[in-house]
Amino acid sequence: MSDTVSPPSLTLSELPKAPEGPWRSSVRQLRRNKGAIVGLVVLVAIAAISIASPLYVSLVTHLNPFNTNLNGSFVLNGQTIQVMQPNTQGLGLGVNPIGPTWDFQHYFLGADNLGRDVFARLLYGGRVSLLIGFTSAILCSLLATIMGMVAGYYGGFIDWIMSRFFDVIWAFPIYLLAISLSVILLTSGLNLGFIHIQAGSLLLPILIIAGVYVPYVGRPIRGLVFSLREREFIQASIGSGASDWHILRREILPNVMPSVIVFFPLMVAFNILTESALSFLSIGVQPPSASWGTVLNDGLDLLYTRPWVALAPGILIVITCGALNVLGDGFRDAFDPKAKLRGSV
Amino acid sequence: MKLLTSTLLRGAVAVGLMSSLALVNVASSSAAGSNGVMAYQPAHAGGTIKLLASTGGGTLDPQVNYTLQYWQLYQASYDGLVSFQKVSGVGSFTVVPDLATALPVVTNGGKTYTFTLRKGIKFSNGQTVTVNDVYATFVRLFKVLSPNSGSWYNGIIGGDACVAKPATCTLTEGVVVNAATNQVTFNLTTPDAEFLDQLAVPFGSILPASTPTHDMGNVPIPTTGAYYFASYNPNSMLVMKRNPYFKVWSPAAQPQGYPTSIEMVFGGTPSSEVTSVENGQGDWVFDAIPADRLQELSQKYAAQVQVHTLTANWYAVMNTNLAPFNNLKVRQAMNYAVDKKELVNIFGGSNLATPTCTILPPNFPGHVDFCPYNSTASNTYTGTNLAKAKALVAASGTKGMAVAVVCQTDTVNKQVGEYLQGVLTSLGYKATLKALSPSIEFTYIQNTNNKVQISLTQWYQDYPAASDFINVLLGCQNFHKGSTNSINIAGLCVPSLTTKMSAAEKEQLVNPVKANAMWGALDKEIMTNYAPWVPLFNPKQIDFISKRIKNYQFSLEFYMYVDQLQVH
Repeated sequence: MSDTVSPPSLTLSELPKAPEGPWRSSVRQLRRNKGAIVGLVVLVAIAAISIASPLYVSLVTHLNPFNTNLNGSFVLNGQTIQVMQPNTQGLGLGVNPIGPTWDFQHYFLGADNLGRDVFARLLYGGRVSLLIGFTSAILCSLLATIMGMVAGYYGGFIDWIMSRFFDVIWAFPIYLLAISLSVILLTSGLNLGFIHIQAGSLLLPILIIAGVYVPYVGRPIRGLVFSLREREFIQASIGSGASDWHILRREILPNVMPSVIVFFPLMVAFNILTESALSFLSIGVQPPSASWGTVLNDGLDLLYTRPWVALAPGILIVITCGALNVLGDGFRDAFDPKAKLRGSV
Repeated sequence: MKLLTSTLLRGAVAVGLMSSLALVNVASSSAAGSNGVMAYQPAHAGGTIKLLASTGGGTLDPQVNYTLQYWQLYQASYDGLVSFQKVSGVGSFTVVPDLATALPVVTNGGKTYTFTLRKGIKFSNGQTVTVNDVYATFVRLFKVLSPNSGSWYNGIIGGDACVAKPATCTLTEGVVVNAATNQVTFNLTTPDAEFLDQLAVPFGSILPASTPTHDMGNVPIPTTGAYYFASYNPNSMLVMKRNPYFKVWSPAAQPQGYPTSIEMVFGGTPSSEVTSVENGQGDWVFDAIPADRLQELSQKYAAQVQVHTLTANWYAVMNTNLAPFNNLKVRQAMNYAVDKKELVNIFGGSNLATPTCTILPPNFPGHVDFCPYNSTASNTYTGTNLAKAKALVAASGTKGMAVAVVCQTDTVNKQVGEYLQGVLTSLGYKATLKALSPSIEFTYIQNTNNKVQISLTQWYQDYPAASDFINVLLGCQNFHKGSTNSINIAGLCVPSLTTKMSAAEKEQLVNPVKANAMWGALDKEIMTNYAPWVPLFNPKQIDFISKRIKNYQFSLEFYMYVDQLQVH
């Protein structure tokens, strides 16, 4: 008989927990952030309503929001109402579109100067604004990440070229550059080798907006990669003979991704604002497509008589960008708790 | 003398035609003389008129500037040998002697015009006006590349050579001056029924011979009229003051003005300008009144609003040399499909615009009522015929083609452009809209290299002659491939039409009534057989003036007389 002491038996719950991975930890932290969750819910709600706009038109209003309806009328509470209402008093000058009826079936927010349903256009406009905002943010982040990583990792001449490229774009005020590019591309479209994009295409504002913001994401990433390159684990990888592609993909990219994620919602907000500004100036989204910026532009000429045409898209832009900013703060707290990137953009 | 007769006759015809013009709230005065010229009321002289415009009108050089904004001001400041009579209504289309003592003696089969220059008239710098100034003015006109030097004034002998080589321009045979007799003789290559009209617009303003032969830009050139330009900053303000050397020599040509000074202030928005005039902080709004302010003006400020029918056209031009509009059926389909009543609504309703089917505006020499593309058989517009339009497009075999509509970015233009895009889409085309800045659109759509298929534009008369619409806008001589100066935007060039236009122009010299009938027939033939345009509507002009302003008078040629406004 041996007198050895048998180790104490442990139940599963008493086993020491494996350390939580950084991604899981960040997601958990994000889920605890009430502000970020509210922002996300608002954003998802706006996106869902916008995506459902064709259903609203086909099931509720039965009016194509892209067709003019200058001689149209509808029946509300037993009364026939003209969409465009001539002024009959005084000198009888001017024709006003109908104001808000607050009835979802008939011109909820009223009509614009071409007799189109403003609410339906706002919903369709949301699809376009969000599409441009997200797509250009993805494209911008992708380009900036690649350029920042390559510049930071290789340094030397490649870094010099990339940095000068950033400098050139950065030298122009963002809106001035975006406006200049839009004005040029609006008249002729984009013809670069095998790439042909027509003048009115949505791809143009997406490319322009993505392009002008590349340095704003690319530069901080380049700096981050510079510091990462000197870290032991990267030096160890280099020393063990790992290829550049392997190091960039397996060692550097996972360390850069949290920063890109932090940037992303902010870039979407910036891009939505830029799109709205360009469309407001008639050099972004082109008719008959609608975006919040184009509806805002339509409303500018109705500020005195039909202020909701301008107010409604303005409010939606504010809510969406506010939600994205709150979400961005949540992402930063979760993925970049040391706030290395605070105020970088 | 033939030209003198024809001009007066045309004026007489115009009087008859214009009598039906809808003029609302036109100021009337018992002080008007028998010829319509207003008697001067010295008791109301004085004060400063403050005109408001969102931007400056560009160069101040009267031989270069081609904007209504400054042509209105030039009426009070510059003079030609002749000018349009300064009266309200139809009389304002009549050419009267100005710096010349009388209308010219026309000889040599209508090719030689002899004027006698008035004596003792001085520029605002104190220098006396001489025949040498007249000669130098016309040479300068070519040297500064005046906009119409190649289409109006090149008929002067030597003019074509000056157009080809402006720097070495001389007009020794074309403009002959005699200092002893104070006479100026113009020799033309061919008779021109509109030569006097062309001398009466600001390009023909007589300037000092010492004026540099380049665009003077922001630097004022001495004037002969009641006012001179005291200062000009295109970003902030233009100031006109009384010309100390001015004495009235012909009230019909250059009357004495009322205000001590006239200021045009730049930088506001049209809406803020309206508010300023409502509050008495400004006296007149140059820009188009914003649509959302019309109701307010119509109801609260009706007494301060003036509405006048203009001899102008808004129209969609189709490129007759480019698919799908190189097919007559497509052009006719567009004429059937566009609802002009809807477009009138965009422009502000039936009190601000009238649907039209013709090239020549109503109440214009040569105008004939007809409407070949209509919902019912009528000479006036009744509505669309979409079924016929779709059938024509189907027959043309062009359905599904890509079509781009080019228009300007300002509100009304863009809305009309969007409307046209919608019409094209409903006819089965893949339509897109290209809205361009107003500063580039007009030249862009003229250049064939830009391959513009359909565009939206407007034409406001230079002077009251049918040729100013038909010949200028649809004549072969004004179609230049690859040039931004190709005002025949439709690119319509039909030899038989050119022959008829030439015949009408010649007839104008001897029988203007018959000539106008010929122009009317041409209008009908072009629209029926070629349909290069979709005529949309004839606009009206709204002037909103402050409460303290009286004596508003309106010229059909140059619109409101700023110098005749009285500050009360």
